[in-house]
Amino acid sequence: MTDTLIFNARLIDPEAGEVRPGALLLSGGRIAEVFDTPEPEVGTDRVPAPARLDAGGAFVAPGIVDIGVKVCEPGERHKESFRSAGLAAAAGGVTTMVTRPDTLPAIDTPEALEFIRRRANEAAPVNVLPMAALTKGREGREMTEIGFLMDAGAVAFTDCDHVVTDTKVLSRAMTYARSLGALVMMHPQDPGLSAGAAVTSGKFASLRGLPGVTPMAERMGLDRDIALVEMTGVRYHADQITTARALPALERAKRNGFDVTAGISMHHLTLNELDVADYRTFFKVKPPLRSEDDRQAVLEALRTGLIDIVGSFHTPQDEESKRLPYEEAASGAVGLETMLPVLLRLVHSGDLDLPTLFRAMTLNPARRLGLDCGRLSTGAPADLVLFDADKPLILDRFKLESKSKNTPFDGARLQGKVLGTWVGGQRVFG
Amino acid sequence: MRFDQRHLLGIEPLRPDEITTLLDLSDKYVTLNRQREKRSGILSGLTQINMFFENSTRTQASFELAGKRLGADVMNMAMQASSIKKGETLIDTAMSLNAMHPDLLVVRHPQSGAVDLLSQKVNCAVLNAGDGRHEHPTQALLDALTIRRAKGRLHRLSVAICGDIAHSRVARSNILLLGKMENRVRLIGPPTLMPAGIDQFGVEVFDDMREGLRDVDVVMMLRLQKERMDGGFIPSEREYYHRFGLDAEKLGFAKDDAIVMHPGPMNRGVEIDGTLADDINRSVIQEQVEMGVAVRMAAMDLLARNLRARPKEVMV
Repeated sequence: MTDTLIFNARLIDPEAGEVRPGALLLSGGRIAEVFDTPEPEVGTDRVPAPARLDAGGAFVAPGIVDIGVKVCEPGERHKESFRSAGLAAAAGGVTTMVTRPDTLPAIDTPEALEFIRRRANEAAPVNVLPMAALTKGREGREMTEIGFLMDAGAVAFTDCDHVVTDTKVLSRAMTYARSLGALVMMHPQDPGLSAGAAVTSGKFASLRGLPGVTPMAERMGLDRDIALVEMTGVRYHADQITTARALPALERAKRNGFDVTAGISMHHLTLNELDVADYRTFFKVKPPLRSEDDRQAVLEALRTGLIDIVGSFHTPQDEESKRLPYEEAASGAVGLETMLPVLLRLVHSGDLDLPTLFRAMTLNPARRLGLDCGRLSTGAPADLVLFDADKPLILDRFKLESKSKNTPFDGARLQGKVLGTWVGGQRVFG
Repeated sequence: MRFDQRHLLGIEPLRPDEITTLLDLSDKYVTLNRQREKRSGILSGLTQINMFFENSTRTQASFELAGKRLGADVMNMAMQASSIKKGETLIDTAMSLNAMHPDLLVVRHPQSGAVDLLSQKVNCAVLNAGDGRHEHPTQALLDALTIRRAKGRLHRLSVAICGDIAHSRVARSNILLLGKMENRVRLIGPPTLMPAGIDQFGVEVFDDMREGLRDVDVVMMLRLQKERMDGGFIPSEREYYHRFGLDAEKLGFAKDDAIVMHPGPMNRGVEIDGTLADDINRSVIQEQVEMGVAVRMAAMDLLARNLRARPKEVMV
């Protein structure tokens, strides 16, 4: 593999928390050198002219590590395959997809995981790291073969949106996971309160006549999970914390020194419940979109680092699953390709700065999973995204790489375009 | 006099002057309906299809009669027994119907927002005959007409809506309509039957009937929708009747000339005392049914005028 020099760039360094002009030399799939000058003196004997890329002042950042991507293989390949998801990821600057096990059937055996790894390697141009189910069939009754699954490459264990209601089963699974050092990702939600809900309860839900769930259900789920973390000592990650009411519990758990982190989706950071408007099912996600007060609160939590990780929670759904009355319509939205321009809205509006955003999309998820990537420093894997943060675009959902086109941002005016994506030093997009 | 709507999907999109236009026209149809010869040819040549995905006797009959009196060709489709059972989606059903070129589509559906969804896929005018817990606009309009005729006005009245607000589309449409026309709305019921965020609707909420009914002009009772209960909203029917059922004693707290309304069908002895419901001096329940036909005639008349004013769309 030839060396590559990306010069005249603005480097987003999430470790140092700064943006500075510079250049990068990529060699052997890794970052060989980081320069603090935009046009360093590297001889053409080392890097010949065709392997020199003038970034033209655009941003270079570590590639996004997206925890919670649903690729619909096995089971619903018509919605998304590893190939289509991988192309979407590359086009969106996502260099590592951490996939969800909520497929048909669920990824709950080492054999199923092996299938994922094989399919992913041959079809996807980006890194794919699978998560596995915590309980067999995600049914909350018996724990999976956590040890074997880890040996086969599972990076975390989760039943996704199926909440394990039997606390005895859950406490045993957590205790067992702890002994292996496994990371457990949960969906904090009280299943009794959230049963049948399509939106967050409140004025909007009542006006539309839709069944709602109180935001308190998230806090109750988190409180329960944290008690079990205290009991078992497991490494715990809450997939999405979306309400103001859950934040004090999260803050307390962290202050008490528990090994707890939390994530949030791009949608909950940028949309609120009113965006559902006249029953627009592309805005139906899980948990449902929250009030503007909640959105502001979680945005602040992301700024302060209380919420650690931002993900797309990419969930492909075909048109048929969405063209239904709101209550019956499927939940979820695609996001791999739209995540960066959508979240850049928060940068353009002054709500977030670039290093904070990239910390939550790259360094923090990488660290949580024990990965070496997510950094712009010598020796780190050359997983990179090059983007123009200002370039305007009007999103056309039919131009997305995903097989499913269910984005709530169709027709949205966004700013930010990915110009290039590198995985292990290889350019996979742009 | 203006009415700019293409569909009647709810009260929410209507302007106060559009509501007044509709009620004024309804008054004329009340007069027509009281004559021996009730036919008008205003919808002749147009096709009206009633699609009821949920059981209904009165509303469907009312719409059917309204259409027939205006000279439309009316067809009823009982959708529970139909293709839905065979797995056809709502959109596909709508598209097939659309291909038959109806002009007016009257739809009731158990899911909130389903009528809205359907209206996006058809070329005709759609009337919402009730969708889930969302809206039931013609019911609110007929209630408004009943109030206006009984009280001589539809503003600065104090109206109490009592009972199962949470599961009631009738309550939602009435709250919106009475609010738009600048009335004071009080909601009375157990807190378990109040929807979330109700304090932000510009209404007063009570969980005591005597307190809530004090000096109101209109008492609107709601049906306790047993079939909608997931269970456990109230301890028992008898306790509900004791605390929230309307009887002469509780009605005594309202104004002396307060009228009693009910959208029907009534559960006598659950939410309303039978004798009171039949008291012709207080109860306007029969008038409500009469107004229903007139309001639906007016709504279809206005929508048909807008339909005829629009160039015929190319089928897609």
